[in-house]
Amino acid sequence: MKRRAKTPLPEHLPTTSEWTIEAIERYHQEVARVAASYGLDTYPVQIEIITTEQMMDAYASVGMPVNYHHWSFGKHFLSTEKGYKRGQMGLAYEIVINSNPCIAYLMEENTLTMQALVIAHAAYGHNSFFKGNYLFQTWTNADAIVDYLIFARNFISQCEERHGEDEVELLLDSCHALMSLGVDRYRRPQKLSLGKEQMRQREREEYMQSQVNELWRTLPQMDAHPEQATEVTFPPEPEENLLYFIEKHAPLLEPWEREIVRIVRKIAQYFFPQRQTQVMNEGWATFWHYTILNHLYDEGLLADSFMLEFLQSHTNVVYQPAYNERWYNGVNPYALGFSMWQDIKRICENPTDEDREWFPDIAGSDWRATFDFAMRSFKDESFVAQFLSPKLIRDFRFFSVLDDEREDKLKVSAIHDDSGYRKIRETLSEQYNLGSREPNIQVWNVDLRGDRSITLRHQPYQQRPLGTTTEEVMKHFARLWGFTVRLESVDEHGSIEVLQEARIEKRRGHSDD
Amino acid sequence: MARIIDRRFDSKKKSAVNRQRFLRRFKKQIRRAVNDAINGRSIRNLDNGEEVSIPARDLSEPHFQHGKGGIWDQIYSGNDQFMAGDSINRPPPAGGGGGSKASNEGEGEDDFVFHLSREEFLDIFFDDLALPNLVRTQLARITDYRSQRAGYSTDGSPANINIIRSMRGALGRRLALGSPFHARLKELQHELDEAIKRYGEDHEEVENLRAEIARLKIKIEAIPFIDSFDLRYNNRIRVPKPTTQALMFCIMDVSGSMDEEKKATAKRFFMLLYLFLTRAYEHIEVVFIRHHTTAKEVDEEEFFHSRESGGTVVSSALLLMNEIIRERYAGGNWNIYGAQASDGDNWDNDSPICRDILGARILPYCQYFAYIEITPGEPQNLWREYDKLRGAYPNFAMQHIEEPAQIYPVFRELFKKTLT
Repeated sequence: MKRRAKTPLPEHLPTTSEWTIEAIERYHQEVARVAASYGLDTYPVQIEIITTEQMMDAYASVGMPVNYHHWSFGKHFLSTEKGYKRGQMGLAYEIVINSNPCIAYLMEENTLTMQALVIAHAAYGHNSFFKGNYLFQTWTNADAIVDYLIFARNFISQCEERHGEDEVELLLDSCHALMSLGVDRYRRPQKLSLGKEQMRQREREEYMQSQVNELWRTLPQMDAHPEQATEVTFPPEPEENLLYFIEKHAPLLEPWEREIVRIVRKIAQYFFPQRQTQVMNEGWATFWHYTILNHLYDEGLLADSFMLEFLQSHTNVVYQPAYNERWYNGVNPYALGFSMWQDIKRICENPTDEDREWFPDIAGSDWRATFDFAMRSFKDESFVAQFLSPKLIRDFRFFSVLDDEREDKLKVSAIHDDSGYRKIRETLSEQYNLGSREPNIQVWNVDLRGDRSITLRHQPYQQRPLGTTTEEVMKHFARLWGFTVRLESVDEHGSIEVLQEARIEKRRGHSDD
Repeated sequence: MARIIDRRFDSKKKSAVNRQRFLRRFKKQIRRAVNDAINGRSIRNLDNGEEVSIPARDLSEPHFQHGKGGIWDQIYSGNDQFMAGDSINRPPPAGGGGGSKASNEGEGEDDFVFHLSREEFLDIFFDDLALPNLVRTQLARITDYRSQRAGYSTDGSPANINIIRSMRGALGRRLALGSPFHARLKELQHELDEAIKRYGEDHEEVENLRAEIARLKIKIEAIPFIDSFDLRYNNRIRVPKPTTQALMFCIMDVSGSMDEEKKATAKRFFMLLYLFLTRAYEHIEVVFIRHHTTAKEVDEEEFFHSRESGGTVVSSALLLMNEIIRERYAGGNWNIYGAQASDGDNWDNDSPICRDILGARILPYCQYFAYIEITPGEPQNLWREYDKLRGAYPNFAMQHIEEPAQIYPVFRELFKKTLT
């Protein structure tokens, strides 16, 4: 039976639900071709196929291929395993690592459709975001991260052999407690590299120790001008990076302990951009898997069955429940991010009058160029502040609720109407500001000439108090510092109140050692 | 071009070290959980893992966080009824939509539950009992297997083909497949004879019938003599090494002076003996005898958990044990083990009787009889009487203990035997 075809029908890509390496390769080729045609700039891709158990391993070590050993990773593994085995929770379909080459994990249980989706989502969406976004370019070094983690693991296991597991574990506990305040928010970091790290580590050890001692050297001038001396504050400027301050200035730490503090700090810094770009990054990856796969479908390469399965899973991912539904858990970053990127594309291609008024710069512009600009130059906070359109606010039916503990009732402060758009956009943007999500605590002063106690200062944001775990964290800080630690809080009138004090007297030769 | 790497066969237990670290760190809590589990378990059930739960607050990882209070201006989605300026009552603290979110403070007070594997469970159990390592491995080992014939299977290795079975199957199949042809052949033969009779040899009808018969014969020939699905293989299965049967007596004093703690120690003693027996015997029966002034055979639940008060006559239990052996387990088919736990407090005149019964009527039938006296103070009169038996009978062991870690010496002889 012969049929005359006007144009030869392109052959479908494989449609079985079972995947094979060859099928994955073919999908990957097509996805890569389309991604390139849209001008996505990516690191080379390395796709790794792993089992469920390996996926749980990866979960436990914060998604990294190697990491040092610590009980808390074991705890995460156990709870993931339990949740998974009881069927309470599925595993993520993918993990992608910001490294060069970009490593994307595919799970063996996924169907072929899911593998294709993951390739488009992770290996091209996230990958291009990692490569392009300014935060990642500034804070992370994709070439060196895996090497650095290997260095870190080896170093820490050496320390365990030399100084005992317990000692190292306690130190890591304390560092982990301060991890979220162990990042530089504004300073530019140095690039990591395995070779340099190893070469310089020994030098640094000796050098740092000598620097620290410098601090505590007796100062003969003190006697001459005692009243002036009391004025001196150290550090001269408040220091926001608590781990950095400890690494450089904690008086009693051994060189190896400083190195471990540094490792934890570096890793915290590495993850810092991810915490600040969740909406953008997930939205970007979701937008691209959606766009790329639809493009392939339009070319006739994908079967209808493939599209149905893909759309079903895509729809689940970008579902935003309403506030009064049982499974409401805040604004879904996938939903918000995906809608925002879709919306930017719409504004570029088919702007309405409202869009022209709100976004004069991008309305009617080339969407690819606008995308590139937006992806490179923003983080969640500024992205929302810049691009959340009134249309989206209406679509999501956003409203803001003001909860002031001094008032009896909650108040609806804005809804999706003309007078509320700006307020909602501002509030949502603020919600993604790490600076306000996490308490602002800085090193304020060290009593150099007295008892060497250190004072931290908390600047409350919106009068929010510190949580119940503060006391525990203070103990950890005191363990690292070695002397008394004080935490003060400044209220809106400028009056200072001491919140906590963790006393410790750990000197060499005392019972503690 | 992308690289695709199949990592599925890489080492799997990447997190094993982290898991061990976790167990090590929370050893105290885990041990407590294991102890609870042992108290709740049957003494016959040691070969399982255990769900262990640790209060979540013990293993929290603290961070600086915002607490409840202050001003929170939050965005919610799906507005269906609110106008700007509306007031809403605060929702009850349990949560629910529309209200203030209690930030992500703490991890809640739920317990952290995870599964301890069989090995990890036994390890902690052995730790308590201070068992030597060699004995630990001996006990933790899974039973040995040997393979044994178990009928026939449809697949296997060529060396195991069972010829008789296979041929018998082939024959049956040939008969079954051929029978319609044979029947038809018979019919045709009959018709042919008729036709020859009627028309003579060269008639067309006869030719046709002959051709038909030839075709049928080819068909019958074509049925394979033996086919792959006729093949039968000798089937072998792995079964635990054959061992004989054992009978274990647990004898415990439940008079008023035995408190819960002493009973828990005794339970470990019984468990350890049972665990040992499972390594050596395939089938084990356990008889529980509790006694105060009189002895009674009971089930495990009652054995450990019911309370009694009053005095103690140990001989009653020994007599009952002797009676049970004679009535139900006579004939030397059973390896009999006895384990007796007591606080040593006995009615004075009874202890010499106990010694006599044990020496004359029980020890000769027992593989091993172990006695532990759980008391913090000086040994009591029963101990002194039993002590006289010690040299005379190698299958008798006794130990005075205060806590589970001292149990092991009772079994030393027993384990020594099996290890050499």
